[in-house]
Amino acid sequence: MTDFLTSAEAEALRLSLLVSGTAVLCALPLAFLVALGLARTRFAGKAVVDGIVHLPLVLPPVAVGYLLLVVFGARGSIGAWLDLHLGIRLVFSWTGAALASALITFPLQVRAIRLSLEGGDEALGEAARTLGAGRLDRLFNITVPLALPGILSGILTAFAASLGEFGAIITFVSNIPGETQTLPLAIYAALQAPGGEVEAARLCALSVILALVVMTAGEAARRAAARP
Amino acid sequence: MSLEVRINHRLGGFALAAEFSTGGRVTALFGPSGAGKSSIVRAVAGLLRPDEGRIAVDGAVLVDTAAHLFVRAEQRRVAVVFQDARLFPHMSVQQNLLFGWRRSSAKADASTIARVVDLLALGGLLHRSPRRLSGGEKSRVALGRALLSSPAMLLLDEPLAALDAARRNEILPYLETLARQTQLPMLYVSHSVEEVARLADSVVVIDNGRIRAQGSVFDLLTDVDQIAGVPPLGAVIEATVAEHRGDGLTRLSFDGGSLFVRRLAQAAGGRLRVRLRAEDIMLACEEPRAISANNVLTSMVDAIRRHGDDVDVQLRCGGTRLVARITHASQERLGLEPGRAVFAIVKSVTVER
Repeated sequence: MTDFLTSAEAEALRLSLLVSGTAVLCALPLAFLVALGLARTRFAGKAVVDGIVHLPLVLPPVAVGYLLLVVFGARGSIGAWLDLHLGIRLVFSWTGAALASALITFPLQVRAIRLSLEGGDEALGEAARTLGAGRLDRLFNITVPLALPGILSGILTAFAASLGEFGAIITFVSNIPGETQTLPLAIYAALQAPGGEVEAARLCALSVILALVVMTAGEAARRAAARP
Repeated sequence: MSLEVRINHRLGGFALAAEFSTGGRVTALFGPSGAGKSSIVRAVAGLLRPDEGRIAVDGAVLVDTAAHLFVRAEQRRVAVVFQDARLFPHMSVQQNLLFGWRRSSAKADASTIARVVDLLALGGLLHRSPRRLSGGEKSRVALGRALLSSPAMLLLDEPLAALDAARRNEILPYLETLARQTQLPMLYVSHSVEEVARLADSVVVIDNGRIRAQGSVFDLLTDVDQIAGVPPLGAVIEATVAEHRGDGLTRLSFDGGSLFVRRLAQAAGGRLRVRLRAEDIMLACEEPRAISANNVLTSMVDAIRRHGDDVDVQLRCGGTRLVARITHASQERLGLEPGRAVFAIVKSVTVER
């Protein structure tokens, strides 16, 4: 890889994959539970919860980044507590970039998983109950396997979207090479520097290739899971 | 086995108020669509929590709203065969069959698995996906899956209703074998008289959320008032194969006389069920001599029920109940009344099993 890429480019690629992978996988369990709740239960204020879950999708990413800064920043209510008690600092760190990405792509995961759960047959759950399967048993052996295509499609969409996240990351954790500078941020930095057009074009091509690989692999995985 | 059910439940505008108990091994829950049959099955299975009521299987109380008792479906050991099979599409046939077996505490041994696979002819399907099965095959797998969960009771919710006539005839023999060979108590939901006549020992008739009648299959299907008018009316008779005669006929003996039918494959001594439809019986006050019908049964008029221009004449032939549907005009002309001796001319006999 290093034959084709400069070390700075390789570092941006590594960070992009790390930030997006962490963001998607860490958000997945919560996204699944929220999707399950929205698909299977009825409660007062469900529309409000639905709206809040979808908020990052419609808010400007810069606004999301700013809100994260307010809450998780060094003087933010949660940020200060994390720093004081656990020594965790999200600002200026790749983990903060992952948190921003996770938040922005959370609704994409919830939507995909929820759709597959709503398509899934509750009648099968009833059949499983009469055969002696309890709640967790049904969740892991009926609900999750049947929702697998939707889960994979959610992971894929969220991962792809996360690779392109810019506004929330740069607002929340700034643009630090080797720490928070993912591919989009590296392209932006290259364009800011005099004579950086060639570098920007190379990074852009890298983004295109990465996006195509992710989409193709994801689609193949989704098809394999949908096949009986 | 015994099943006691008392349910009061409101579903939208529909009120279910059903109470019955049955000791029969195969009990048919019989009635028209929308009568509340499926709600009763769901309540017994634990998939529906009744507003008020009590349900017990073999003395084990599953639901008692007065005592705030509700045993969850997964802990009931009550297996259900649904109309739409409900096989798990992401598992093979074998995984489907073993789903309940793995989760059963009273685990059936390997020989039982082999026997069920054999009984339902599932050997060739084990590694197939449920998506690639025909409707009849799906029903058989669903039946096998329910049996292997070692249930204390088996509920069959119109398992044949979604199948066409050919598939239905493919599955019925399996259900009959099951009804005869196993000791498993069954509640069989149906709106088909044929299925009930072939499978059930006792019948509970439900209509519009209320129990209309209950009793033995041999008594109940001769009384149109009790089976909620669902056609076709007819008597079910349990008979023994007495002899295969040289003239191409087989003589069946039953409590009340003999019936002659076209030669049957069953060996002499075998037991089977036959059905005599009300429309297929003519009545005569004098013994007919030169007549093509093979069966003339000496009977006594038990009761007469009028329905418009027709009457159902309920007959007693030895210890067996029969029913004939004739016109009101014929009844008047013959002067038929309860207590009168008549000859029942049977035009055709349907051998059910």
